[in-house]
Amino acid sequence: MTQRKRLSNTPSSSQAKRQSGAFPAQDDDDDVTFTQPSSTQVQRGLEKLTPAQVDQKTAEVVQFFLVKAQKKIPIRRADIVKHVVKEYKNIYPEIIKRATQTFDKVFGLKLVEIDTKNHLYILVNKLDPVEGDSPISAPANPKMGLLFQILSVVFMKGGVVRENVIWNTLKKLRVDPGEKHEEFGDVKKVVTEEFVRQKYLEYVRIPHTEPVEYEFRWGQRAEIEVSKPKILEFLGELHEVDPKSWSQQYREAHASQNSSQPSSSSSSQR
Amino acid sequence: MNDSHRRFLQTMMYNAIVDEKGARSLYRHCCEIHNTQHTPGHLDKFIDTINSQLQPLFMQIRKGTSEDTGDQFYALVNMAVTDVTRMSSGYADNELELFVKTMDLIVGSENGTASSTDILNSADTLTTKKLKKSETQHLLSRLVQDKWLNEKGGEYTLSTRCIIEMEPYISTMYQDQVKVCQICHSIAIQGQICENPMCGIKIHNPCVARYFKGRPEPQCPACNDFWPHEIPEI
Repeated sequence: MTQRKRLSNTPSSSQAKRQSGAFPAQDDDDDVTFTQPSSTQVQRGLEKLTPAQVDQKTAEVVQFFLVKAQKKIPIRRADIVKHVVKEYKNIYPEIIKRATQTFDKVFGLKLVEIDTKNHLYILVNKLDPVEGDSPISAPANPKMGLLFQILSVVFMKGGVVRENVIWNTLKKLRVDPGEKHEEFGDVKKVVTEEFVRQKYLEYVRIPHTEPVEYEFRWGQRAEIEVSKPKILEFLGELHEVDPKSWSQQYREAHASQNSSQPSSSSSSQR
Repeated sequence: MNDSHRRFLQTMMYNAIVDEKGARSLYRHCCEIHNTQHTPGHLDKFIDTINSQLQPLFMQIRKGTSEDTGDQFYALVNMAVTDVTRMSSGYADNELELFVKTMDLIVGSENGTASSTDILNSADTLTTKKLKKSETQHLLSRLVQDKWLNEKGGEYTLSTRCIIEMEPYISTMYQDQVKVCQICHSIAIQGQICENPMCGIKIHNPCVARYFKGRPEPQCPACNDFWPHEIPEI
């Protein structure tokens, strides 16, 4: 918090005031003006800058990601360029490359571009969640249990599920989407808005239904962060069944494990 | 730097501040998970390794002392002076201005506290954008929740996290007001002050407790006048 007072005394504060509110609203107009520079452009751009300038900019981008990632909301390239990279946008690919390395090397996090068309990034933890208690834990998030339930149902039912199935499952667990839950608040909002914004779930309208119906799928963050074999293991223990007996899910879990799961075991040997 | 360092750092990011005992067991825990060497007593060395990687990012895990208990703490602090950190703090301009005014009140007071009434009154003098009374109250509880302020019975003090992170800033901005503890030589916001007008040195409460322990006739360590305050027990 140190910086704040000093900064508000500097000339930059007038510019800062315009984007007042700590998180400036997202604007959709600016990504069009940004075209990814070519590698020769990047090379030329780098020649004009000192290594210290590039390091400084990288550090700013890393900080920006860290703060935004706390809320688990995907980060738009347009926002990074507009609010942080600014006049360094000709070397944007180089800065992202270095930030990616820093996250990997220092924080054990992976920077993933989950949407290459709209240029959205998320930070994924590369360290495995630990069973049992850490002496000092991250604040427990009860919503994650709710999410895990939903992801399990969607996975076991083949990847797509009508919303009614989910609401009925939750009702059996005494979580009624129509009522205010003491821990989650508005359950329907958490599931269909918060989890969707965080890219854990997709909630899409089924075409041509009357009345209107929606269905759930796994979101991109879930695909990267949540381990399907672990879900099977968990359900197996819960129902006292060998996970292998769900042969289709078992195959899918272990197939995707090898390809898309970026996390854990291989990386921890570094 | 290996995964045990990374896990330690991630936990620090979630918590912002951890007491020494917690940091020690966290160090052991992280080493056990990742099968790396754990040497009791080498916590600071372990943290140095992390800090060497954090330095180019203008971040640091810094050690400091609680003014309430005298216990040691570790906080993950941000040293950058950029638009980004300012913006990404999660506070709006007028909210930051109120925080600075609160700091002015606390550092300017003799006992290192500010009452909620005084803070609410100072909200009327904001130059950026006025805050309603309810907004100020909400902001104060957010500052407490984010571990920048402590609150007890309507009195606000600077938290340990705040002092660890802002010590350089406080020393510079409040040069003429802020005193350094006669015993431990860190800045002292809360503490006892020698009543001899020619002396007026300040000592943290836990440092008072330690220094005067077992001395039946407490005297000021600087001017030898009688120390008239109640000696706290820690």
